[in-house]
Amino acid sequence: MNHPRPGLSKLHLDPTVCDAHGFCAEALPELISLDEWEFPVFISGGLTVEVPHELIGEAKRAVSACPVLALRLSKED
Amino acid sequence: MTSITPRLLPPDPVTGRALDLRSLSAHEAHFGPAPGVAVATKGRPGSLIDEISASGLRGRGGGWFPTARKMHAVVESAAARKALSSGRKTVVIANAMEGEPASSKDATLLSHSPHLVIEGIQAAAATIGASNAYLAVHRGSPLIPILDEVLAQRSGIDRIPVELITPPARYVASEESALTHWAGDGEATPVYGARPFQRGMNGRPTLVQNAETLAHIALIARNGGAWFASAGVPDAPGTTLVSVGGAVAQHGVVEVATGSPVTDILNRCGGATGAIQGFLTGGYGGAWVSTTALQTTTWAPDPVREAGGVIGAGILWALGSQHCPLEEIARVAMWMAGESAGQCGPCRFGLPTVADDLATLAGRQGSTQDLHRLNERLALIVNRGGCKHPDGTARFISTGIHTFHAEVAHHVNGHCSASSNHFALPIPAGRAVPVKRAGKDFR
Ligand SMILES: Cc1cc2nc3c(=O)[nH]c(=O)nc-3n(C[C@H](O)[C@H](O)[C@H](O)COP(=O)(O)O)c2cc1C
Ligand code: SF4
Ligand code: SF4
Repeated sequence: MNHPRPGLSKLHLDPTVCDAHGFCAEALPELISLDEWEFPVFISGGLTVEVPHELIGEAKRAVSACPVLALRLSKED
Repeated sequence: MTSITPRLLPPDPVTGRALDLRSLSAHEAHFGPAPGVAVATKGRPGSLIDEISASGLRGRGGGWFPTARKMHAVVESAAARKALSSGRKTVVIANAMEGEPASSKDATLLSHSPHLVIEGIQAAAATIGASNAYLAVHRGSPLIPILDEVLAQRSGIDRIPVELITPPARYVASEESALTHWAGDGEATPVYGARPFQRGMNGRPTLVQNAETLAHIALIARNGGAWFASAGVPDAPGTTLVSVGGAVAQHGVVEVATGSPVTDILNRCGGATGAIQGFLTGGYGGAWVSTTALQTTTWAPDPVREAGGVIGAGILWALGSQHCPLEEIARVAMWMAGESAGQCGPCRFGLPTVADDLATLAGRQGSTQDLHRLNERLALIVNRGGCKHPDGTARFISTGIHTFHAEVAHHVNGHCSASSNHFALPIPAGRAVPVKRAGKDFR
């Protein structure tokens, strides 16, 4: 379990919505890769990944690149 | 009051079999009348919650979550939400879906002591201030006519009439968010991120409890929390139902105090019918354990976990040495893959792929690299689904590969030690799946 620091941004994936378009991995390769069926895999494993400050811009791009709105960026949580 | 075992399934003194207490008069003759239960008021739960808290009762549907804590959470989120707007009341759903094919405890409970479960629903509903109560059994269940009759006997008695609901007989339909989804919208698929205690049926705070958990609540309402905790281990007290199957003389359900030696449970079922090569604990979302590790442990969440297993919904299943563990695991994996709700990639595509990998290994066509790739895939499937279905299935497979590693190696070298040509693990009728059985003529 990673304990998030307050104010840290996190990216969340809803796996029931994701359709394996893979645009998110293109926008944010530092944190997202694709599995053999082209579904996203966060480097941390699981369905939530902490986004370092320097990658916030890319994370926002990943969120808006997803055609089915499967990604969400949040503060703290 | 002494700590009698069994509590939920009292035996007939002559035959030793569980009494049939379907008639309300027989039920009350045995257990006494149902006590009155204080109703939740002004956002505060009724006082039974303190007894449930003192009892240490933990849920029997698989997760062993502390029941009083879940009830508090429902009441608190209802109170918080009422302040916001809706004002709609909470809901209770009794989960008697019994999705695990090797489990029969909830059906046994409901066909022998059904009034305990309904009284437990009544007590829980009063305690959390619910205005609707449901009892879920799967579609086509033989329990339906029994429960229709039981509920008819209780009409005019129950403060909140219990409605029988029958979601489809699919493994994931009994997961709690799928159940609330079904009760509200008629869709039996899990809802990612849903917490039924906050937003369950139609967005209302919903208490989902296993049928056995509710039956224990009915007895706690009569006898108190200290009585409940007088049986079993301190951190998971009480008695618990165990569905015992596989290579034992008598399949069926036994009620034991938690912490009972596993050997005692097996002996109550007439003992092993032959050499046992391993045990499945917790069912198809559970874990395999070696015979020596399990036979030297006791039946409570911690010791079973330390032995490498999981109690889950109380399944203890012995695999006889004549069967091929790989064939068994491959077949169940294929079935579990088919039970996916098909919403999430790792579940929808990952499970059939690992089931295929297993079929290849079981058919003695797999190499060391194939085994390696299977293990990698299993690691990648977990924690990425909308519910725990893929995680449970992956655990079932990976603990099997670990427990039966010698037989796995044997298969990689082109051999199989099995002598039986029957499958042992149960697959629900009409939903069987074929497995590639290269070089073998099995039925
Ligand atoms: C895939 C899946 C299947 C489940 N099937 C059942 C089931 O058949 N019966 C049951 O009581 N709980 C089942 N559960 C657990 C329920 O989601 C829920 O935790 C439980 O009913 C809560 O009751 P308890 O707190 O009394 O244990 C399942 C969970 C998952 C993830
Ligand atoms: S872009 Fe959206 S749909 Fe495509 S893989 Fe990423 S999360 Fe899934
Ligand atoms: S993990 Fe599988 S069963 Fe669970 S919601 Fe996703 S697709 Fe459905």
